[in-house]
Amino acid sequence: MEIKSEATAGTLESSDAQVTIEPSDGGIYFELSSSVMNQYGRQIRNVVLETLKNLEVESAKIKVVDRGALDSTIKARVECAVFRSSGWEGAIPWRGLVK
Amino acid sequence: MSRDVKKRLRRTMLFLNAQRPSLMKDAYVYAPDSVIFDLEDAVAENQKDAARFSLYNNLRSIDYGEVERIVRVNGLDTPHWVEDIRASVAGGADGIRIPKCERARDVRRIEEAIESAERAFSRKPGSTLIMAAIESPRGVLNALEICESSERLFGVALSGGDFRAAMQTKYYPSGVEMAAARGNVLIAARASGVQCFDTVFTNIDDIEGFKSEVIMNREMGFDGKSVVNPRQIAIVHEIFTPGEREIREAERVVTALSENANDGVGVFLVDGKMVDIAFLAGARRTLALARAGGVYKGDL
Repeated sequence: MEIKSEATAGTLESSDAQVTIEPSDGGIYFELSSSVMNQYGRQIRNVVLETLKNLEVESAKIKVVDRGALDSTIKARVECAVFRSSGWEGAIPWRGLVK
Repeated sequence: MSRDVKKRLRRTMLFLNAQRPSLMKDAYVYAPDSVIFDLEDAVAENQKDAARFSLYNNLRSIDYGEVERIVRVNGLDTPHWVEDIRASVAGGADGIRIPKCERARDVRRIEEAIESAERAFSRKPGSTLIMAAIESPRGVLNALEICESSERLFGVALSGGDFRAAMQTKYYPSGVEMAAARGNVLIAARASGVQCFDTVFTNIDDIEGFKSEVIMNREMGFDGKSVVNPRQIAIVHEIFTPGEREIREAERVVTALSENANDGVGVFLVDGKMVDIAFLAGARRTLALARAGGVYKGDL
């Protein structure tokens, strides 16, 4: 999955996360700021990297500003940012469920 | 689909913006009977995709317990509604709310998209219910054909904002501007055996005005009301929950009907009032509402 342009999804409201993704020269560059960094920083990182892995994104700069989002919200925002950047419909999770 | 699911208790249907995680994450704690995740008016045009991603992931991961999960999809005149239905069905939504429904064929178009999505995502055929929002004079006039359009349709909801605008009027505390629509849609729903829900009350701070409208809704025979704020939920539930006197009266009607039926008597007096078999459904509904509201433990 190729990240083609900078794209953002989500907001800075409470319980949300704003995810910005852009192309990189190679590899994943991850940046996180969170109001609950000490308690959940590692978990947020795991959710973001796992989601990128599932979407077969191998090269990207990704920045997450977390406002106390649930894992499902972080996942949704990453998927949406990848979809907006790549235009790839495979980033739409329910598409992958089609038998 | 089971009749019980179609007829379940729906006193309150709480609207929530599907694009706002702060609203979606713990809506169940307010204990509405149903939530309506909104992909339509509450979501800006350039956020329709994000709202769908959010809806799908939250439907799949948040446990709403006994709270029914309905999705209001975008209208049939937009490019969004088919993908809205796919995300909703794949996520496991209990039902779809059709906005601006005007005729039976609107319901059938939605139903075909649901059938297709149920096949694609291996959902049980027929498991996704439908409700239709009636928001226009034509929709009100076609209420009966809408109510009878699909086996999946469990109810219709009157939506006041667009209807009042189309009728060249506005909200009045007396409800006179909505009287004809409320009556027509309610009669159509009752004639076809589906549920009927009244429109939202948007002035959150006008508690007395809200109470008056909910009392009128119950007296007219509505099953429940769409609500826009969690503060409105307890008020609706309290008004729709029968009082002690109503419960005892209903018990006496059910008991007397049973006893008199055994004796071959069709019409008799309960508390000085003439009662016959026509009163049974109402009495049973009163007891069911009381049971649902936690104020009746009997077994009638």
